[in-house]
Amino acid sequence: MTAANRYDAIVIGGGHNGLVNAAYLARAGKRVVVLEKRHVLGGAAVTEEIFAGFKYSVCSYVVSLLRPEIIRDLDLPRHGLEILPLESTFTPLPDNDYLVRWADHDQTRRELYRHSPRDADAYDDFGKLMYQLAVAVRPILSMIPPDPTSMSPKDLIGFAKLAGHFRGLGEEQFHALFKLMTMSSADYLDEWFETEALKATMSASGIIGTFLGPRSPGTAYVLLHHYMGEIDGAMRAWGFARGGTGEVSESIARAARSFGAEIRMEAGVEQVIVKNGTAVGVALENGDELRAPVVVSALDPKRTFLQLVEDKDLPDDFVSAIKRFKIRGSSGKVNLALGELPNFTSLPGEGPHLRGAMSISPSVDYLERAYDDAKYGAFSKRPYMDIILPSMIDPGMAPPGKHVMSIFVQYAPSDLEGGWDETKREAFGDAVIDTLAQHAPNLPGAILHRQVLTPWDIDRDMGLTDGNIFHGELTLHQLFSMRPVAGWADFTTPVRNYFQCGSGTHPGGGITGASGRLAALKILGEQP
Amino acid sequence: MLRTTPFHSRTAPLCQAHNWRRWAGYITAGSYELTHEREYYAIRNSAALFDVSPLFKYEICGRDAVRILDRVVTRDVSRCEVHQVLYTTWCDAAGKVMDDGTLVRLEESRFRLTSAEPNLRWLQDNAFGMDVEIVDVSDSLGALSLQGPNSRAILGSATDGAVDGLGFFRATMARVGGVAVTVTRTGYSGDLGYEIWVDPADAPRLWDSLMEVGKAHGITPAGILALDLGRIEAGLVLLDVDYVPAHRAVIEDRKSSPFELGLGWTVKLGKEGFVGRAALIEEKQRGPEWEIRGLEVSWESLEAVYAKVGLPPQLPSTAWRASVPVYREGRQVGYATSGCWSPILKKYIALVHLKAEHADPGTDVHMEVTVEHHRRQAAAQVVETPFFNPERKRSTP
Repeated sequence: MTAANRYDAIVIGGGHNGLVNAAYLARAGKRVVVLEKRHVLGGAAVTEEIFAGFKYSVCSYVVSLLRPEIIRDLDLPRHGLEILPLESTFTPLPDNDYLVRWADHDQTRRELYRHSPRDADAYDDFGKLMYQLAVAVRPILSMIPPDPTSMSPKDLIGFAKLAGHFRGLGEEQFHALFKLMTMSSADYLDEWFETEALKATMSASGIIGTFLGPRSPGTAYVLLHHYMGEIDGAMRAWGFARGGTGEVSESIARAARSFGAEIRMEAGVEQVIVKNGTAVGVALENGDELRAPVVVSALDPKRTFLQLVEDKDLPDDFVSAIKRFKIRGSSGKVNLALGELPNFTSLPGEGPHLRGAMSISPSVDYLERAYDDAKYGAFSKRPYMDIILPSMIDPGMAPPGKHVMSIFVQYAPSDLEGGWDETKREAFGDAVIDTLAQHAPNLPGAILHRQVLTPWDIDRDMGLTDGNIFHGELTLHQLFSMRPVAGWADFTTPVRNYFQCGSGTHPGGGITGASGRLAALKILGEQP
Repeated sequence: MLRTTPFHSRTAPLCQAHNWRRWAGYITAGSYELTHEREYYAIRNSAALFDVSPLFKYEICGRDAVRILDRVVTRDVSRCEVHQVLYTTWCDAAGKVMDDGTLVRLEESRFRLTSAEPNLRWLQDNAFGMDVEIVDVSDSLGALSLQGPNSRAILGSATDGAVDGLGFFRATMARVGGVAVTVTRTGYSGDLGYEIWVDPADAPRLWDSLMEVGKAHGITPAGILALDLGRIEAGLVLLDVDYVPAHRAVIEDRKSSPFELGLGWTVKLGKEGFVGRAALIEEKQRGPEWEIRGLEVSWESLEAVYAKVGLPPQLPSTAWRASVPVYREGRQVGYATSGCWSPILKKYIALVHLKAEHADPGTDVHMEVTVEHHRRQAAAQVVETPFFNPERKRSTP
């Protein structure tokens, strides 16, 4: 073992959480190496020029909950992070109508009023309530989850803090929180609104990345996550990263390097080396061995425990729990290079609606039907889509006058009946384009290049098990003290000196960086 | 795009200042001329014509119209006569003010309510099971406000005397230049004045007729900046400036009861079963925690703090809308939310929220003033509002 291969900490996986983790450890003076299997950093937060001149945010496409403390601590703007506004949500409707929620309150009110005067009033009340709840719940994102069964002072203090956050809630807010924890997003929104397109588009944020439909209980809670993003939105932490999502990863990597971290590309890890129940280093796929008293996995729980470590080094019940961890992939991604902008029949022209999100979610029934297909092993014939045109926000994403389109598609089940193959992948891509062409008929003719990613591709190419974009579903039984497994939510593992910091740990979901940061603080013995 | 009012074809060419201001999703003139001073003096000296179309307006019709209104608002609607207007507030269940506006009884079972915020859902939800129709007429009704000592003469000639005997807070139907209008003797200026309600299609003709008739009486189109001075002198509170509507307040402390806003007189606790009554009875017994009052800043004190840096007192040229700390014996006891130099009173005045125990008229306090980038305090005295209350406002010949 040469000195060059000895480190204070080894981080497996150069996704955004791995990079955040490494940056915090390096900032604390540790000698850190990040090992990335691919030729490009970022994991699911990557920008790649797959078709010459056109940059795709291949998987993850918006920044929503990147923790402000990470932006501050790592000074990410100095390292190139620039988050541009993504302000409106446009929902084209089949009857040649549409619904847009704009950045401006008065404009949104006027638009909602056109559909339902009552909803226009309710929207403000709803927004206030969700804001209040998000304010109360948001600090949880920056907590190391305490163990509810433990009587240790650390865990008790954690729960006392948690209770403190909720004590500020009034009666109305507390009841709403209870409903959010138990109801489906469709039912919850039914209590407030009558406009189908509004309910559908809002409820869609409760199903993204989850193998559930808008009428499945438990989805309402995810709506709240959306509003947490809105609070930080005041600091413009919500939006589109200039240069694509890969720039988020790159800026974190630059910060990590500035603190002295080393990042090795095309350095896939074969195995974590465990001696006497203690992690001591890793074996690379190329045969090299690296040693460190701390090994951190930023991969998802399945890969972290079932691939990198041998079963014999883990307790049986833990292995069973990890095997039961729900990680079904539910979504796919279609990236397009376009010769011209889509022209929506319901709102023609190159208006400001093309600078925000476009949502194919005309009704709750539409979404639920899309889920019905997936429940029984098929991809949705008429899927839900969340679309942005990155080149409308950052012209550098495509050659002048040309565009890139990012289409998040749900549902594409990981366990497709008969399994995925290239033919089925392209059939899925065809269903997406065909659905979209009903709203923007010029789209098929404008496509210069298309990239279709199914859960199968995301698993194989990005290393996300079953293509689940959140490293495990964001359902209540897999959150907080239960993420990924009860008793191991504090970023430690049953293997001494082996830590976890991926999106499969608390809080998970989206580009938050929170898991990477909290795990680093745990390793360093610091309080968040 | 923000919307324009039904009078835009007339107001736009006059708006030399181009300082359009946003009001409830519409744009209206901040001032027409490059300075607002002449527009302000029109309120007190001749007649100022304001476009107040952006107000939210609701019609409440049907057998249960009185019942729903009596359930929602704090005034006693059953005692409102036909063609009478009530100024009223309405509260949430905790007795905190959601909005304030005027309520006119157009017919036995037809009312019209104005408000600063949308209230359709609140009214409809409270009308559950009642035989009443609530229609949002915000967009289908234009409104002008004619305020000032000459307003009666102008409107009198324009309507062939229909408003001559119109009493304070009364309404009448009339015709102006062939256009059917409703006239209410109401306003937001604290002066003699009227508000004129019209079908948007007739709005330009109404404007033209009033301007034509008013010319000889010094009619002056005026904007929000002038009105803001007038309403502070009149001690009238403004939603979102002097108080936060209860249903928009993110934290409890931002909410206010009618008693805390000097609007206790609109609360008819003897009335059965209106929203917030129980909480308001309790508060009435306990006494409100806060009071809203006027503040007169001492000229001598202001002169002294400015003299220290070699300047004469620097006065605000327009009304300010901010939260300014108010102290008593060095301790903060409240905050002013609106203030201005009153051109007619020649005094620096402000509307101030004070802890009840410091709110007695005559109490000496200090208001923060920023003098050459440094925070200073000027002596001020707590006074009753309105600051300006001319006899002509209420009197009828």
